[in-house]
Formats: sequence, structure tokens, C-alpha cells
Amino acid sequence: MLRKIAFLLFLLPSFSFSQETVKGIVVDENNEPFLGANVFWFGTSVGTTTDVNGAFSLAKSSETTFLVVSYIGYATQKVEVTSNEIKIVLKEVTNLQEVEVTKTKKSTEHSLFSVTNVQTMGQKELLKAACCNLSESFSTNPSIDVNFSDAVTGNRQIKMLGLTSPYILMTEENIPAVRGASQAYGLSFVPGTWVESIQITKGAGSVINGYESISGQINYEVLKPAIDIPFFLNAYGSTDSRYELNAHFNQKYSDKLSSTLFIHGNTRIGKNDMNNDGFLDNPIGKQVNILNRWQYTDAEKGWVSFLNLRYMNDEKQGGEVNFIPDLDKFTTNAWGSEVNTEKIEISNKTGYVFPDMPYQSFGFQNSFQSHKQESYFGLNQYNIHQKSYFSNLLFNSIISNTKNKFTTGLNFNYDVYDEQVALNFTKDFSRIDNSVGAFFEYTYDNLDNFSLVAGARVDNHNRLGTFITPRLHLRYNPWENAVIRASAGRGKRAANIFAENQQLFASSRQFSILNSDGKLYGLNPEIAWNYGLSFIQKFKFLGKETELILDYYQTDFQNQAVVDIDFSPQEVLFYNLDGKSFAKSFQAELNVELMMHLNLKTAYKYYDVQTQFITGQLERALQAKHRVFANIAYETHIKEKGQQWKFDFTYSWLGKQRLPDTSSNLPQYQLGEFAPSFAVMNAQITRTFSSKFEVYIGGENIGNYRQDNAIVQNENPFGTYFDSSMIYGPVFGQMYYAGLRFNIK
Amino acid sequence: MKKIMVLVLVSLFSLTAMAQEKKSKNKKVEFNVAGNCDMCKKRIEKAAYAVKGVKSAIWHIDHTDIHLIIDETKCSKEDVAKAIAAAGHDTALVKAEDVVYKKLHDCCFYERLE
Repeated sequence: MLRKIAFLLFLLPSFSFSQETVKGIVVDENNEPFLGANVFWFGTSVGTTTDVNGAFSLAKSSETTFLVVSYIGYATQKVEVTSNEIKIVLKEVTNLQEVEVTKTKKSTEHSLFSVTNVQTMGQKELLKAACCNLSESFSTNPSIDVNFSDAVTGNRQIKMLGLTSPYILMTEENIPAVRGASQAYGLSFVPGTWVESIQITKGAGSVINGYESISGQINYEVLKPAIDIPFFLNAYGSTDSRYELNAHFNQKYSDKLSSTLFIHGNTRIGKNDMNNDGFLDNPIGKQVNILNRWQYTDAEKGWVSFLNLRYMNDEKQGGEVNFIPDLDKFTTNAWGSEVNTEKIEISNKTGYVFPDMPYQSFGFQNSFQSHKQESYFGLNQYNIHQKSYFSNLLFNSIISNTKNKFTTGLNFNYDVYDEQVALNFTKDFSRIDNSVGAFFEYTYDNLDNFSLVAGARVDNHNRLGTFITPRLHLRYNPWENAVIRASAGRGKRAANIFAENQQLFASSRQFSILNSDGKLYGLNPEIAWNYGLSFIQKFKFLGKETELILDYYQTDFQNQAVVDIDFSPQEVLFYNLDGKSFAKSFQAELNVELMMHLNLKTAYKYYDVQTQFITGQLERALQAKHRVFANIAYETHIKEKGQQWKFDFTYSWLGKQRLPDTSSNLPQYQLGEFAPSFAVMNAQITRTFSSKFEVYIGGENIGNYRQDNAIVQNENPFGTYFDSSMIYGPVFGQMYYAGLRFNIK
Repeated sequence: MKKIMVLVLVSLFSLTAMAQEKKSKNKKVEFNVAGNCDMCKKRIEKAAYAVKGVKSAIWHIDHTDIHLIIDETKCSKEDVAKAIAAAGHDTALVKAEDVVYKKLHDCCFYERLE
């Protein structure tokens, strides 16, 4: 008997360590439950939110017996937990004695404290742009230049620091997205309403995301199901007969699992030929784009996981107005082009944060993408099917304290290309690319005025060889509200010469690859070093909040897959760089808050982009040396029910641009040496009626500037001078649009 | 009989005593630290990080408390409080000396604790 008691007494201390849970319910004075009320143990970050029944369940804390319960608009309560079940009643806050000080959040933030030169565009900024997909989201941002690549496909091309998009690493939530086969049109396959924010980083990106980034990185975040609203609808129509529809359906299954179904459809049914050159100004076509994402979050245990399933089908038809695909395809009756794309994607991101060590975590990203494009441009045919698999395993932790953080990991890439071109020659360029790599990145922050990120990675690629990629970013705050950033890094990439230069197919140019001993279409890998310096100063001028940003970046190519359209207007030559190729860019930006709610953004950019071509060292064609940008944004005070007016106006001036050499053409097909300077203006007015509903109208290219002679030899597109790729400005004139946004919160 | 009882009681105490004293390498600690502004935040956190064994130190201005993760085998929360007080900030455990407090920047003159 005594032995039994002794045994029980031995077990006594172990009982006190068992986990007990507190279950409770949070309601208001009418016993209505709160969904999403915060319930936290006092003085800790351990807590949860209430479900649709106002219920919660929380493991007891060893540190305190007090719970803090809060919900916006209601008085926060601190209650002592004395049993395992509790009911908390929150009272509405009626007499706000404090003076409310609000600072309208900026739509684009330039951080003073991040190490990399990154600017974040929030949803507010994204809503200002005319439309509709990612390629059109940058018109109000001075750091990204947007232009049309050709007069046929209506595709917008973006440039950063003077270099075109293949040199920018584009990632979706840090998984490489627009690359390889999707390089040309990839941005137009991401609807703008799906995007939560965009981070634009100048200078070589982080080693964690890969070795390909040369001039910078654009990362976009997609809306997260756990914090999304139940329903969103957006409808859009424009005077050039383009219509779009977006619908989001969000479902929260539990406090841990939620999902959002994104559906997008767009179409252009009317044929426009405003400049009467016989060619459609923008392609007709349609797109259906569906994404379903699931999010699982268990904050207590430290798990977060996202699963994305995506399907997209896009059809575009451009070319002559009287072109009928069924009758005229592959004939010389009429010139036309069709680009049909189908994309499938399955991706997963899972992260685990050690519960008692919030600075230590694991991340595992996996993505499978299939991108299939079948297209023809007159008699030129181009088909590419890329299946790619990306996997990244990361581990984050600290060295002695959180001032010294590091991330390390492994990366695996596998790309299967099924590529056929039928131009002036027919060839199959199908191949498999794969690489394995390991990376290490160290971050130091002295929590005061200095931090640095130093990273390196080593990769083994079957075509690029084994190589090391170093990247360094420094940040220093010399005095209050000022920051100096410096960066340096190397990038290496495989140029997909056909996928990245598709606009050249819409011409009669003959293609040739001059080298044959390299592993990439006969060419060598592209290698470049990028260095940059940036200075930001925030200050008050005449009492107004002002921000001055100065940027200088230089990219030097050790090797480049040179695309030569100057050697002859009837040819396109691809060859390895033999000499210098560089891009120098300088940007000065001044942002001023002129008055409460009235903001002015101005910028001046200078570019010096030169390459050694066969015919000599030349400035890159179709690149303006000087650009001026101005944006003025005004919004009224938000009234009680959410009513607001927003006005936005953008002015872009481009200096003269060197045109590709057409001096050997017949006089009537010569373009001259320089394109004239010109300006483009966009404006948008939004009227918000409540937090549920808003309408907007706007205009693009209000000044109706059109490039004369956008298509050379448009009267005989099968002649030897035909070329629709020498585009320096807008091809269609002014365009007006209207839309509405409706949501249920 | 008596011997068995004594044995049981002693074992019981030592078991519980040992269980309570096991040192954690990632112990979460919070205590009040007085301060007014961003400069105070930097000073407080800098002082905390200077103590070997402090893995993470975040000071919150709204609750005027510091959230620490410390390696108990290397330091104790009293060590960290002493370091913060030496930098000029009153803590719930150790107060700053008047001399050091007076040397702080104007904006940092927080209300002294007690």
C-alpha cells in the first residue's frame, strides 16, 4: 500500500507538465459572435483568432493566466483565466476621446531600412494603372519603362535600368515565373487583380532566388486566402473593344485552412485599324485564366503551406484586317499571326518556423510548370513547349543573435524544351536543361545604421558549366532619414534567343546564328556584372514631406548573345559578344506631398546602353537616352460610408531614340536615323461609393500620339522590306476605358 | 517505514526541483523596460544584444516591455536587465543610475519607474 502511494507521489510532478487547453467564445453585448477576434496570452505573441462562431481554443500558457481579447471598434479586454472554459463579452467603443492622427499610407514605399534597393508597390498603386494584367501595372512607376515590342501582337515589354526583361529575374512569391518560353508574353498572363503587391529590386537579386538575375528582380505576391475577402468582382470595358472580367471566391474552412478561387476572362472582339495601314492596331482574341490556391496556417505549431493550381488558355490573332485564319494561314493571300498559349502550373510552398525559436525556419518550394505556345507570324512558324520543375530547400537561422542571420539551401532546376522554328530555315532546338546548386547568404544588421547581405552560390548546369555567383548588398544610414545603398553581383544565364525575340518574327528578316560551338543554340552563356549606388533622402521642404532618390547602376557584359538588327534591315544575326556591351543608367526621382492628399512624383532618367556590333560600337536601338516622368495623384477624404474620389494623371516624355539601320533600304522604306521625341499621357478617375463598390474611368495615350509608319512596307507584307518590329512609340492612338469593382467583406 | 517516507519525500523534492531548474537554450523572457522613442529602442536592444547568450531582443514602445529569447546556460534575465539599466533605462528588475539617466538625449527622458 505504502509502495503504491510512493509510486503515485513520484508521478505527481509529471502531471503538472501536461498541456491543458482553454476553450472560449467571444461575443458582443447582443450575444453575437465575433469572427476573427484576436485572443492572445498577455505579454506573449502566442494566440489565435476566433472562428465564425466566435469560438477559440488555446493551449494554456506557462507564463501567464491573463488573456487579451481584441476586435477593431471594440474595447480590448484583459481577462484572467480561472477555468478551462471562458466567455468574453466585448463592448463597442463609442466615445473616442483621443485625437485620431492618420497618415495616408503611400501607394509605393521606398524603404529606408531594407538592405536591398527595393520599392514595394501596394494595391493602391496597382489600382491606378489602366488595367488589367501585370505587363500593364508599371505605367505609374518611374523605375520601369514600358513599351510595345511590335505592332502586331500588342505585347508590352518592360525594361529596367536600360535592359530588357530577360535580364530581370521575375518571380512569383520568390519562385521564378516569367522565364524561358514565357519570357515574351508571361507578364500578360498574370491578371492585375490577383496581385497583392510588387517588389522591384534594382541591382542583382538575392542568391536564394537563383543565378539568372542581372539588372534586377521583380517579385509579385499573390493575394493570400487566409486574409482575403469572401467575394470580389471586377468588370472592364474599353473603346478598343477589350472586355475583362475578374471574380474571386474565398472560403475559410477553419481557422487553419482557407482557399481562394480566382477566375479571369478577357476578350477583344472588335477589329481596330485607326491608322489605316491595313493592319490591326491590337490583336483580337480571348483568354481564360483560373487559379485556385489553398493556404494552411497553424501559427501555434509553426506551419504555413500554400498550394496553387493554375490553368490558362490564351488565343491572339493579329496582322492584316482582312486576314481570315482558316483561308489565309500559311499563304500569301494576306499576312496574319496567331499566338496560342496554354499554361498549367502546380506549385507548393511550405514553411516551418520553430515555435520556441522564431528566428529559425525551414522553407521548401516546389513548382511544376508547363508552357505551350503554338504560333505563326506570316510564313514564319514558332512552336515551343517548355516543361519545367523548380525546387528550393531553405534553412534560416542566426549566428549567436538576430543581428547575424543566415539562409542556406539547395536548389534544383529541370527544363525540358520542345522547340521548333520554321523561318528562312527549319530547325528543331529541343533540349533538356538541368542544374543543381547550393547557396549561402549572410545578413548582418547592427540595428542602428548599417546592414549588409553577402551571398554566394555554386551551381552545376549541364550547359552553363560549374560556376560561382557572388552578390553583395550594403545599406548605411548616414544621418536621419537618409540611406545609401551599394550593390554588386554577377549573373549568368542561358539566352533563349527565339523565345525572347519573338517580335522579330513579324518581319521579312532572315535569321542566322553565326557561332556554332556553344551549347546554347551554338552560342555561349550570357555573363554580366552589375554594380550600383543609390541614395535616398526624406525631408521636409516648406513643411511638405519630400523624398529625393538618386540611383546609378551599371551592367557590364562579359559575354552576351548579341541580337543584331543593324547589320542589315533584311537580317537578324545572333552571335557571341566580341568587345564591350554595357548599360549605364542614372535616375533622379523627387516625390513631394504638395498638400494633404495631393502627391507629385517626378523622375528624370538617363541611359547609355551600348554594344559592340559587327558594324561597330553602337547605342542600342529603340532606347531613349533621356526620359522624364511625372505623376500627380489626388484623393479626397474618405467619408463615413467609405465614399472617396481618386484622380491620377501620368506624363511620360521620351527623348529621341536611335532607330535600327535602314539606310540600305529603298528610300520609301527608310526610317531615318532617329525617332522623334514624344510624350504620352494617361489619366484615371475612381469614384468609391462604399467599401463594397467603386467605379473608374480613364484614358491611355490621351494626347493621341501615334508612331508614323509603324509597319514598314505594310502594303506588301510578303516583300523583303516588311518589318513591324521597329516600334518606338504607341501604335494605336487614344483609348478610353471604364470599369467597376465590387466586393463582399 | 519512516525511512521509506523520507526517501519518497526527498526524491519527490529533488525531482521537482530538477525539473524546474532545467536550463533552456531558447527561453522566452519578458519584462518592463522604460523608454520613449526610437532612439531608446535602439539603445535598449543594443545593450541587450551585447550580453552573450541573448539571441533575440525586441523592445515594444506601446507596452514598454522587452521580448527576449535567451540561452539560459549563458546568461540570465537579471544579466540582461543589468546591461539595459547600465545603458540608462529603468527595468522592472534593475533601475538605472541617476547619473547615466541624465546623460540621455532629451527625447529619451522617460518617466522613471517607481
